[in-house]
Amino acid sequence: MSVTVRIPTQLRTLTGGAGEVQVEGASVGEALKALDAAHAGFGERLFDQAGELRRFVNVFLADEDVRFLEGLATPVAQGQTISIVPAVAGG
Amino acid sequence: MVDFVTGLRCRECARPFPAEALHVCDYCFGPLEVVYDYERIAASVTREDIGRGPRSIWRYRDLLPVADERPVELGAGFTPLVRADRLAAELGLGELWIKDDTANPTGSFKDRVVSVALTKARQLGFKVAACASTGNLANSVAAHAARAGMQSVVLIPDDLEVAKVTMTAVYGGVVVAVKGTYDDVNRLCAELTSERPSWAFVNVNVRTYYAEGSKTLAFEIAEQLGWQAPDHVVVPIASGSQLTKVAKGFAELGTVGLLDDVPSVRISGAQAAGCSPVATAFAEGRDAIKPVKPSTIAKSLAIGNPADGWYALEAIRSSGGSCAAVTDDEILDAIGLLARTEGIFAETAGGVTIATLAKLAASGAVRPDERVVALVTGHGLKTVEALAGRVRPTASIDPTLAAFEASVHMDAANHPEETR
Repeated sequence: MSVTVRIPTQLRTLTGGAGEVQVEGASVGEALKALDAAHAGFGERLFDQAGELRRFVNVFLADEDVRFLEGLATPVAQGQTISIVPAVAGG
Repeated sequence: MVDFVTGLRCRECARPFPAEALHVCDYCFGPLEVVYDYERIAASVTREDIGRGPRSIWRYRDLLPVADERPVELGAGFTPLVRADRLAAELGLGELWIKDDTANPTGSFKDRVVSVALTKARQLGFKVAACASTGNLANSVAAHAARAGMQSVVLIPDDLEVAKVTMTAVYGGVVVAVKGTYDDVNRLCAELTSERPSWAFVNVNVRTYYAEGSKTLAFEIAEQLGWQAPDHVVVPIASGSQLTKVAKGFAELGTVGLLDDVPSVRISGAQAAGCSPVATAFAEGRDAIKPVKPSTIAKSLAIGNPADGWYALEAIRSSGGSCAAVTDDEILDAIGLLARTEGIFAETAGGVTIATLAKLAASGAVRPDERVVALVTGHGLKTVEALAGRVRPTASIDPTLAAFEASVHMDAANHPEETR
């Protein structure tokens, strides 16, 4: 499954400045691991030692917070967009 | 004019950053905090100088993250601290005060944070002020941007109260109603911040400075109590930023010597039952905040995924405070109670604070031997539709004495003066 991952400013140093990256994966977690394989450094920035999303990282699939879906196990469909967004905003 | 800021620092991993338009650590995504030179502030600041300062938040400029001879302002802050004896008697409390932030220029506490944010944004060279808002922030950003001659772009959920939309659009900026919840709007703005780096999103890329404006609530309360800290403060929670910064404000007063010691102030949080991720975590004794989909009339507090929820919870617990949530009916009852007993008309968020205060007083978490301050953060005119069907004219009559005498009967219990 080919999906688009949107990259926030804070992580674009890892993608050579690109705001969007295409990766392969059947779930949100797989897609993010593929992102780390293609652009080293994403894994340690996104995941804590237990392999869960860090508490200040929000990940959205088609604009829905994956915490309201099945988390990293949420299946992705061909052509969907995953957004990585810093959690500290708003209020 | 110089400020006392030495830089920014990640609250999680302590990495240092320069005092620029940065809000999260680019390593761990933790929030950035302003770092001050407290020794220099302590050597500079005095109660007397503050007392001679402007009757606004800018009397505390030594403890704010930007110094400017002419800040972007409409007169935010130094709002009344009102002794509330009749409300205290109803709730079984002793010394109770209301911090009446309905008196701010656009009718909510948001004028405090926006004045700080746009003053800093202007200093950093931004020409456009933007935000994600549940309404009060939208009002304040649009007004302050107009005042500063900046363009504004405000994004709001499309189901906001009429007054909040009107009070934003009237200033002539761009207002975008987004089909979704506040959390959807916030996510969109967080993404837009990466695509529009030349815009100052007050609660995203300049949030580090913006949030510091809420400390002035603590500064004013202490000054208005004769430079004494209260025992207990009840604060509404949306993102959790205000509560966290009120706690920080009291601590700073001790650190820089404006109070004799770092005071021990219990901080309690107030949420609506239809959006209570922090109150739920508190009740269940958990550290993790589980996001929720909000459903409450308290739209200004309807943030299901609060950015500072963790820190608000930590501030509540470490201060020995409490946290509770109240139903929409309790919120409306509390709006009426505050208006009837103290003459203050609060928006739904103020109803949340007062209803929660009542609940915590009943449970003994707020005690009659404490000096208590409740924060009423927004004006009732902003959310009048919430009261539809609840308040109406006592009678509707022809203009004759006979009709008046037939229809209007003063209730002796509510109007004792009338029967004297």
